[in-house]
Amino acid sequence: MHMRLADHPILGKPAHGKPVTFDFDGKQLSGFEGEPIAAALRAASVVIHRYTKKYHSPRGIFCAIGRCTDCVMIVNGQPNVRTCVTPLEDGMTVRTQYGVGVRSGGEELL
Amino acid sequence: MTRYDLIVIGAGPAGLSAAAEAASHGLSVAVFDENARPGGQLFKQIHKFFGSKEHKAKIRGYDIGEELLREAEGLGVKVFLNSPVIGLYAGKEVAVNLNGAETARFRGDTVVVATGASENMVTFDGWTLPGVMGAGAAQTMMNINRVRPGSRVLMLGSGNVGLVVGFQLLQAGCELAAVIDAAPRVGGYGVHAAKLARCGVPFYLSHTIIRAEGDDRVTGAVIGRTDAKWNIIPGTEKHFDADTICIAVGLSPSTRLVQMAGCEMHEPAPGGGRLPVCDEITGETSIPGIYCSGDVSGIEEASSAMIEGRISGAAAARRLGFIDESEFERRLTGLERALASLREGMFAPKNRGKTFEKTDEGFDISVSLLENGYLSDAEAVRYPGVKTLPGVHPVIECTQNIPCNPCQDACPKGCIAVGANIVSLPAINESAKCIGCGQCVASCSGQAVFLVNEDAGGGYATVTAPYEFIPLPAKGERGRALDRAGNVICDAEVVDVRVSPAFDHTSLLTFKVPKSECGRARFWKRGERL
Repeated sequence: MHMRLADHPILGKPAHGKPVTFDFDGKQLSGFEGEPIAAALRAASVVIHRYTKKYHSPRGIFCAIGRCTDCVMIVNGQPNVRTCVTPLEDGMTVRTQYGVGVRSGGEELL
Repeated sequence: MTRYDLIVIGAGPAGLSAAAEAASHGLSVAVFDENARPGGQLFKQIHKFFGSKEHKAKIRGYDIGEELLREAEGLGVKVFLNSPVIGLYAGKEVAVNLNGAETARFRGDTVVVATGASENMVTFDGWTLPGVMGAGAAQTMMNINRVRPGSRVLMLGSGNVGLVVGFQLLQAGCELAAVIDAAPRVGGYGVHAAKLARCGVPFYLSHTIIRAEGDDRVTGAVIGRTDAKWNIIPGTEKHFDADTICIAVGLSPSTRLVQMAGCEMHEPAPGGGRLPVCDEITGETSIPGIYCSGDVSGIEEASSAMIEGRISGAAAARRLGFIDESEFERRLTGLERALASLREGMFAPKNRGKTFEKTDEGFDISVSLLENGYLSDAEAVRYPGVKTLPGVHPVIECTQNIPCNPCQDACPKGCIAVGANIVSLPAINESAKCIGCGQCVASCSGQAVFLVNEDAGGGYATVTAPYEFIPLPAKGERGRALDRAGNVICDAEVVDVRVSPAFDHTSLLTFKVPKSECGRARFWKRGERL
């Protein structure tokens, strides 16, 4: 199923920002500028945002309002970014987060 | 340190109302909110609100949000977005992380805490899998981000949040596999449940989710029947395919800031969660000049949060001498009346956990509505809004005492009477003549009003029902009529489609069914001839 709502019986057609592309784990995906990164990922059928440190269990969108931190990812090299409230920008790099973050050299903290 | 007469924490319905009220009396007001957009949850609420005119009934949540925002801005309220408040101190000092950058301190001569609430969760095997989310998350995804949260959804929780978000999922084109609740009865308004049931959504009361299935994402779930002690009865397991599980099991007040300030708190309630000790009228906490409004002081609806906010805003104005006692009392009288009427009826805060067997008028409450989500055919005819009359006339399947009366105001001919008591069931005035204008159908926030003509000629009857889906059928399109339980009962041709700005995105579908089915046909669905 196409996940984006092209139209809606009450809200009508969405007013999106301009189309942009971003890098997700080495793949080029598209989205709209200003929408939450998580929305662009959901539209591209990406639902796993990170794996936990201890049990390596997957996490995705849970609260969608920046409260729960389940959806954090490594964005432009910065770990623990809440993708549900962080606006998408053209050319962003978004990576699945393993564990709690990255060291300054870019090495992941597993 | 910048000083304001009033600092409001949270730009939701309560906070913005408090800000607007205070600013209207001349106070300098700043509102801080952690979100990029103001309005709290109002902009996600795409359904029409309940209540009466003074509560902005039959207006959709996002329109109420727009109106409130314009009012606050017009009065000079300063709204700081992306600015989470990270500290509130007894001296009414507020620490704010401004725009995610610097941390600044502000002082308010008064403070209104309107931080709202967060969703409760239940745990089951697999509850952390991607695809399990709060019902609020699903609502944010589809109504704000305009992306479907999933394709096929299970809703856990039959309170108003579960029912309303469930309907919104259908409007967004998702499939709603079932509504599940461990309680033996539907928790939310019966009219909200009935909207889902007539679309064919099954209700599993006295059931809960045993586990979510899937290795790295949800692919399904197993539910089971619960006994009186909430344990699963072995052998009752049932599997559903689903890629999304929404959890709608209540809300908890977000009280961290009030606790941090040192406001006195009530002992934890039996269901968990702590509420601040507040003045019943103004919401003032144990620290003079710090007020709580909206869900932070106890979970209710946005409609009551807005009134509570107004009262706290007026109380702040009185405290600082911007209005005198008599002006405050004048303002309070109307607001208190409006709030009191919202707190009446079967779902009132004071009636939480109670079960009713009869309405205020003495009618038996529908058992089927509570257990299956829809009125049975036999039950439907017992209520005062359901009458058999010559010609076209409204049929109002509103069977619980809830504070709502737009149907009465909508009718230009006086066909519908709720009366002075806003929670009374609407009754049909048989001496008034319906002109079939459909205003009542579009005005009903619960979509419980239909226009029926039992004899439209040629052995047919017509039923006019509210319709909030796309694509809208065309006049002449053939499909099927569904009964209240969502079962296909007969072929049905659409004979009229009415769309009007006055109906505010609720279209009116009139379809033709055999005369014998006019008391049962309540929804129209696309489909081949039977």
